[in-house]
Amino acid sequence: MYHYTDFDDAFLKERNAQFRAQVERRIDGSLTEDEFKPLRLMNGLYLQLHAYMLRVAIPYGTLNSRQMDTLAMIADKWDKGYGHFTTRQNIQYNWPELRDVPDMLDALAAVNMHAIQTSGNTIRNVTADHFAGAAADEVADPRPVAELIRQWSTDHPEFQFLPRKFKVAVTGAKADRAVIKAHDIGLRIVKRDAEIGYEVVIGGGLGRTPMIGKVLYDFVSSEDLLPTLEAIVSVYNLLGRRDNKYKARIKITVHENGIEDIRARVDARYALIRDQFTGVDQQMLARIEADFAQPSFRKADVTPFHNTYQHDPLFRSWADTNLAAHRNPDYAIVSISLKAHGKTPGDATSRQMRLMAQIAKRYGHDELRISHEQNVILPHVHKGDLPSVYYALKAEGLGTANIGLISDIIACPGMDYCALATARSIPIAQEIATRFDELKLEHEVGPLKIKISGCINACGHHHVGHIGILGLDRAGVENYQITLGGDGTEDAAIGERAGPGFSADEIIPAVERIVLAYLDLRNDPAEEFLQTYRRLGLAPFKAALYPEAPAQKVRENAA
Amino acid sequence: MPKPFTPKVITANALLEGDVIYLADNGWTRQLAQAEVFTDEAHADLRMIEAAAQTGEVVGVYLADVTLEGSTPVPTHFREDFRALGPSNYAHGKQEQF
Repeated sequence: MYHYTDFDDAFLKERNAQFRAQVERRIDGSLTEDEFKPLRLMNGLYLQLHAYMLRVAIPYGTLNSRQMDTLAMIADKWDKGYGHFTTRQNIQYNWPELRDVPDMLDALAAVNMHAIQTSGNTIRNVTADHFAGAAADEVADPRPVAELIRQWSTDHPEFQFLPRKFKVAVTGAKADRAVIKAHDIGLRIVKRDAEIGYEVVIGGGLGRTPMIGKVLYDFVSSEDLLPTLEAIVSVYNLLGRRDNKYKARIKITVHENGIEDIRARVDARYALIRDQFTGVDQQMLARIEADFAQPSFRKADVTPFHNTYQHDPLFRSWADTNLAAHRNPDYAIVSISLKAHGKTPGDATSRQMRLMAQIAKRYGHDELRISHEQNVILPHVHKGDLPSVYYALKAEGLGTANIGLISDIIACPGMDYCALATARSIPIAQEIATRFDELKLEHEVGPLKIKISGCINACGHHHVGHIGILGLDRAGVENYQITLGGDGTEDAAIGERAGPGFSADEIIPAVERIVLAYLDLRNDPAEEFLQTYRRLGLAPFKAALYPEAPAQKVRENAA
Repeated sequence: MPKPFTPKVITANALLEGDVIYLADNGWTRQLAQAEVFTDEAHADLRMIEAAAQTGEVVGVYLADVTLEGSTPVPTHFREDFRALGPSNYAHGKQEQF
């Protein structure tokens, strides 16, 4: 993986020293909150409902064991012994104190990490496919170019005060595991003849006005990528609406001006700036690529895997659910579920972080990934080691076999932590998972993605959940709206709103009715929820959700 | 006709810890039960000006609605309930302190 150069180290040291001084000046009264707030936000520090929150970037979701150990140490020393992994491959600490934050940032810098541009109207943490560098279906590893974009966008002088925040995601495979069509810029590595290039998608986003991204260019060569990105963000920087926060994202700029108009503007801007890119970026990319060389895979016996698979049904269930195909047939990609039934989605204790670091070091070529689905990935595990990995994980509550199933729920922090939230998300996720665990139905139901957001900003990706849940405040009471049929993959779709919302007490039975209806409606067990939904549409699910509705109508008509 | 003034407390976050705090008779308290309750709008406005001026200690001062159970203020909105207690997934925040 990428190691900081002397330049990176010096830059971060200086930046952290600046922020330390800014914190001191805030505390001694030299800076007002209005002056300090944009400075702290640029360094990832929010003030939430109960406390400050520090959001730390995990670039393209990649970590080594030393970094994960440091995240655990920070959780113990300056927080409450846990961290929350987010849908943007960041980690959030929910309880830091202002005076400690500069020390936390220095501890992060020591392991090549930072919290810069995890907030504010800037280019945020660049995310990527969490199976990057390991997936069997990959054209190329998206992480080197994601790192190049991180370096280009960090402290980019022109892009520190954009009309609104700006998110970039990259995938190297056709199967989109990085939700690129719901990002301001989504990049997909493609091959044309023998040349590697990029499909560039812009104007996707969730939030108040969900939009699926549109293809701006179907092929941009490697040397043209950064000038193209720079041209896109420049055009947006000038054209994006600063008059209305709710219309300020690039998705609205693209929607209001049309993709052809935007393409013409980007082309013009590109022609103007292309010469500034002399090829240095390509030399840097080549150096970065060397840092992401494939690990030297082991040749070893895979029989322990097959034996355990035969004899231990719990291991079998976990292996069937939590493993994905690796490009080396003797290896597997392990998804560690941070969704134990009844626990907070995406939270890991410091003990669990240390264990995952240890396992990565011993069995996983020292690599870990954070997925946007709030789980942790061991991208390279030899199949012969899978039983040892599983039993070690299970001992610390990390052996839940539910990846991609109904209890593998994305949930934002919601009103339990977030100052912007309009309702809670976490308890809803906990109750759904507990309920379906009691019913012992989730393996029979099969792949089904529930995503929950505690406000319209949609950090919980509810628009692209097969079942999406949006928590709102309806006259001082928590109320939950359901959307159905959303999809965050290469076939991206925005879910359809099912009808009136449900109270916190009603939402779990409502979800249960949808799932039971699906079991009745599906052609056979091989037909997944989303396929059944696409075949039949909203109507039969709506009937299951609102069984009282026809009778009520009859009564209203009679009256 | 203007809406009648309903009981309120003044609340904010502490600058150093970020804790939820309430204005009391003498300075700030971390417990809603000890907060000064305002039933007179002019008095509340005056105290707001004083509270908001304490920028070296507090952040984000605002008035929050309460009802009175006996003489104890109780939030009228669930957001203020969470601020007064802490999150619902762990016994952290005020519920572990008090």
